[in-house]
Amino acid sequence: MTVNAAPQTWRAWLTAEAPQSRLQAQLGRAYASWRSLAQNPLALVGLVIILLLALLALLAPVIAPYSPVEQDLTNRLQPATAAHPFGTDELGRDIFSRLLYGSRITLLIIFLVSIIVLPLGLAIGTASGYFGGLIDTVLMRVTDIFLAFPRLILALAFAAALGPGIENAVIAISLTAWPPYARLARAETLTIRKSEFIDAARMQGATSAHILANHVVPICLPSVLVRLTLDMAGIVLTAAGLGFLGLGAQPPMPEWGLMIANGRQYLLDQWWVSTVPGLAIFVISLAFNLLGDGLRDALDSRSS
Amino acid sequence: MTDAAATELVTMPSRRSRLPGLLTAIGRQALSVALTFLGLTCVTFVIGRMIPTDPVIAIVGQKAPEDVYQRVFHELGLDQPIYVQYWRYLMKVLHGDFGVSLFSSKPVLHDLMNVFPATIELSTVAILIGVLLGVPLGVAAAARQGKLTDHVIRVLGLIGYSMPVFWLGMVGLLLFYGKLDWLPGPGRFDVMYEGWMEPTTGFMLIDSLIAGEPDIFWDSLRHLILPATLLGYLSLAYIARMTRSFMLKELRQEYVLTAQVKGLSRTAVIWGHAFRNILVSLITVIALSYGYLLEGAVLTETVFSWPGLGLYMKNGLFNADMNAVLGGTMVVGIVFIGLNLLSDLAYWIVDPRAR
Repeated sequence: MTVNAAPQTWRAWLTAEAPQSRLQAQLGRAYASWRSLAQNPLALVGLVIILLLALLALLAPVIAPYSPVEQDLTNRLQPATAAHPFGTDELGRDIFSRLLYGSRITLLIIFLVSIIVLPLGLAIGTASGYFGGLIDTVLMRVTDIFLAFPRLILALAFAAALGPGIENAVIAISLTAWPPYARLARAETLTIRKSEFIDAARMQGATSAHILANHVVPICLPSVLVRLTLDMAGIVLTAAGLGFLGLGAQPPMPEWGLMIANGRQYLLDQWWVSTVPGLAIFVISLAFNLLGDGLRDALDSRSS
Repeated sequence: MTDAAATELVTMPSRRSRLPGLLTAIGRQALSVALTFLGLTCVTFVIGRMIPTDPVIAIVGQKAPEDVYQRVFHELGLDQPIYVQYWRYLMKVLHGDFGVSLFSSKPVLHDLMNVFPATIELSTVAILIGVLLGVPLGVAAAARQGKLTDHVIRVLGLIGYSMPVFWLGMVGLLLFYGKLDWLPGPGRFDVMYEGWMEPTTGFMLIDSLIAGEPDIFWDSLRHLILPATLLGYLSLAYIARMTRSFMLKELRQEYVLTAQVKGLSRTAVIWGHAFRNILVSLITVIALSYGYLLEGAVLTETVFSWPGLGLYMKNGLFNADMNAVLGGTMVVGIVFIGLNLLSDLAYWIVDPRAR
């Protein structure tokens, strides 16, 4: 890999008309997308909120003034004070600290769902598009059936059968979330499966599995990733909904949906116990929606 | 363009040859519905078998002697191969037999028929609000693309998209019931009207009118307003956004320019020409949002103690009443299939090209 002899500036190197290496081309394209995204102030707000949340989740043990689970029954249901910026809940736990630790659970669920849904959707979609024929018909029929299902209800039935808990909530959400990715990956695969570079790879003796993994999947990845960002708000809301119904994280875990459910009986008098976690869910899901919208506009020139 | 139109005229099928085409279309549609339904039953069957608890012990109890256990095991058909068990399950479902609810000890179908009208009533009022406000807002946003109206509507939509529905319901209750005292609290009607009327249709608004009870009508309307408005807002967000993007695509077409050049007013072009062309896509969107409303019912009905399908399923969850949960899943799934079919049908009626 040879870097341009003396690039005047990084920007010139990134925006070069004729990139010298694959890396330069890739970075250049990423830079162009970033420029386009940076022109969308709402998307930037979303990005900043998400980064902030990630930071808060990372530093939760440092920032949180109290333990998220330790009870203090003499101080239960206290309104906001300097000692407890968001007040305390029905067991005297500091709501601010619980929110901080709860962000870890939310991010963990998003992460786990992503690493299940992405490979699953990509595998089914690319195989379906690449092989065609009977395999395509069967796989897409199954995908269509799952697409026609009510997602939340199905996740709920799965979670009910598997038993409550974060792991099962993640499995339930993933089982109902993969079909759109399979559809997307199939559509992308169909556009390239007759390409010459695929033929070239096949003539060199590459197996179908090798072609799928090394040539087809990388091309499907960008659009699938954008779709995932757009879906993250939905994942946050579904996870919180399952938590609210008692099917997600179990007490005493500081999961946001569960915190809302616990505060429900104090709604009229100690409103902060349930409304503050709800506000956190809303802000995060709004941030993902803003970022996803911006990313779609930035990467899809047709919509602008 | 004209060439294409001409070929279309030439190749247009005669009246006689259209009928087989229609039959094929119906046949394909029926096959698709049947396959989706089979898939639905497969999934509920698998979920029903995933439960960690032993279904025999759930019936006979822990201390049952071995021969009783074996007899029930045999009666439930658990000694049969899996495909035989599925076949039996499918036959039962086709006959409307979803088993008996452990909680109410009544057939699940009977329970479902009792609770479903409450959900339909709520969702229907909500979707009416969503359509009557969402469609004009979406059209307005598209007509004033990039202007202040467009931005305000976009932000309103994004907020609706990002809102946890159960939290919105609680905030609504806190504000309008707890603080302002403008509206009644959770429930479908006041406790004092409990047992006043025998349900005829199951829809409170209709039943109270039939029975000539204006007080009950007024009371149930007041109970309905808050949940229906909040749900209506959420579907409004989706409907307005989709209307906007359909409308934008349509307004870029050449015929819109032609109509304007001919001297038609902007209003006439938008509502008379462009809007009529997005109707088909809109029907699909509205059908979908109606489906989402039924689905979200589990959360809203829990918050508002609304005695519908969602609350029934939620109670089923808490009492480990798998028959009730799966029966509810089946009903929502069937409604989804029906809505999909309906929007395909609407396509067929509104858009001659789809025929």
